[in-house]
Amino acid sequence: MRRDRAGVLLALPTWATLGVFFLLPLAILFVVSFARRDTYGGLKPIGDLGAYLASGKFLEHYARSLHPIYLKIFWRSLWMAVVTTLVCLVVSFPAAYYIAVVARARRRPLLLGLVVVPFWTSFLIRTYAWMFILRTEGLVNHALLAAGLVHRPLELLYNDFAVLIGLIYGELPFMILPLYASLEKLDRSLLEASADLGAPRAATLRRVTVPMTMPGIVAGIVLVFVPSLGQFIVSDLLGGAKTILAGNLIQNQFAIARNKPFGAAVAFELTAAVLLLLWAYARYTRRRGEDVLL
Amino acid sequence: MSTVSAVEIRGLTKRFGDVAAVDAVTLDIRAGEFFSLLGPSGCGKTTLLRMIGGFELPTAGSIRIHGEDVTRTAPYGRPVNMVFQHYALFPHLSVGENVAFGMRYHGVPRGDEPRRVAAALALVQLTGYESRRPDQLSGGQRQRVALARALALEPEVLLLDEPLGALDQKLRKEVQVQLKQLQRSLGITFVFVTHDQEEALTMSDRIAVMNRGRVEQLDEAARVFERPATEFVATFMGASNFFDVFVRGGDAASVSIELPGGAAARLPREGREWNAGERLRFVVRPEKLDLRTHDLSTRGVPSVPVTVEDRVYQGVGTVWLVRGPGGEAFSVYEQNERPDEGARFAAGARAFLCFRTRDAILLSTAGDR
Repeated sequence: MRRDRAGVLLALPTWATLGVFFLLPLAILFVVSFARRDTYGGLKPIGDLGAYLASGKFLEHYARSLHPIYLKIFWRSLWMAVVTTLVCLVVSFPAAYYIAVVARARRRPLLLGLVVVPFWTSFLIRTYAWMFILRTEGLVNHALLAAGLVHRPLELLYNDFAVLIGLIYGELPFMILPLYASLEKLDRSLLEASADLGAPRAATLRRVTVPMTMPGIVAGIVLVFVPSLGQFIVSDLLGGAKTILAGNLIQNQFAIARNKPFGAAVAFELTAAVLLLLWAYARYTRRRGEDVLL
Repeated sequence: MSTVSAVEIRGLTKRFGDVAAVDAVTLDIRAGEFFSLLGPSGCGKTTLLRMIGGFELPTAGSIRIHGEDVTRTAPYGRPVNMVFQHYALFPHLSVGENVAFGMRYHGVPRGDEPRRVAAALALVQLTGYESRRPDQLSGGQRQRVALARALALEPEVLLLDEPLGALDQKLRKEVQVQLKQLQRSLGITFVFVTHDQEEALTMSDRIAVMNRGRVEQLDEAARVFERPATEFVATFMGASNFFDVFVRGGDAASVSIELPGGAAARLPREGREWNAGERLRFVVRPEKLDLRTHDLSTRGVPSVPVTVEDRVYQGVGTVWLVRGPGGEAFSVYEQNERPDEGARFAAGARAFLCFRTRDAILLSTAGDR
């Protein structure tokens, strides 16, 4: 009994914070997504709630979000998030493997520090830095021209490529860290046993290392995929006007188009998609957990 | 048993920084024998085994397995398999999948795998356990799966890194006998690492006793026990009663010495020349010492006057802790043949330590090497 009460007390700050800063705004967003917008960007008062609900007009923003032009934006957000996640996974696995398994134990804190060090600078500033690297008079083009590899500067900025670079760059640490955590826990003698039984390195990777670090891989995928889906700074700065993502669409509704209900509806759809994904992830880990316990 | 060498180790050295974990070890392991590397933790026995398995690369020296130089061959290219200390079973695979794991790399057709897995599991009395998970098994069963997984690949040499260390005492004793029987019936060379002298004696044909990266003695199991070559081996094999004496003289067969307390005795010379005045050290196992109330020197039995300090009742036997005239500590082991009737000697009592000359083991002292 006492333990239960202590548990409730300990969880209270978390629940209070989540309630005030997450659940409450989400609830407001949810209500707003069914509201009407007035001419000046505010919310139009609804006189007869019963009639409003009966008319079905409260769903107009959700209906609008299914318009092909928005579906195209969602589709673009989705594949960019997928590509970002895949590239991060492919790049991070060797890096995390090196830090966790190959590097000497006393070098590990330094290498992990290098992964985390970009967080000391604001993400906005780091994204601006990419503009300096990628623009026509930027570092990359200067180097390519100086080396005589190209005669005209390449258009590296303000396209999907630049946005992907920015997304991958920004999300990379969120893939490396969970992969590191699970690789570090991996029992080395399992790798030795695999080699001892005749498996070449690639086979050990495929049959032992990857299956054994699956929880880390899944965690990394979730940690990278979810924020990529809602990103708007990167596409705003590096994508120019051409590359609009779901994140930009939402931001535009609130900041420029002044259509809060529509922005809220899209934001809520995105949140629902992410929650669905997290639910699937929780189910996956629970199933694995049961496997381990049995 | 043939005398063909299964493993030839020449000048094998492994340094970690400044420390030589294995220091210029040269030895041959015969095909089909049960060979043990015995020593305290940190003596280099596991490092030596891991170099044979290919998990550590030697700093110097060479390893040949059945004549083929494998010094720098990757583990997956060696005709050896290992049973790891904590078994290293793949937790995400079933018992059957664990045992089948290496077969595809050893030319076993996929269709033959189930049959071979079943045969390997039958070998360790785990028939029908294919679909179990490693975490559903007891420690002893896991150990047997690890053994089956290694044996399923029919290695020429099986390496075992303290595989019984995690088992409880009773199970250990059973497995020791089973393992020895299995080795004999399969005829595979076993290289077994242990720090337990009794375990090594129970199972091994030959034992290499290691200390500080070197082999102190390599001999038949019984000889290591009965004729330890060095003080370290003697101590490690439980012979803890050291006698430091002066040589008085000698003849063709024996060396005459003066025992602590002044009595004279003659010990077998053991093929060495001894000069008068030289120091000699010998050891007698606790169970070969006898604690008597009377001096037996006059009857030709070497006797040393001692003072009884303590008595340790151990159930099967009793250990007497006594001190010699020079303050030397000795322990005497006595079988408890009758119901316990209380101490034969009180603490502080005078007694005589007697032994048969053939039970005195002459040691080459540290200065000789």
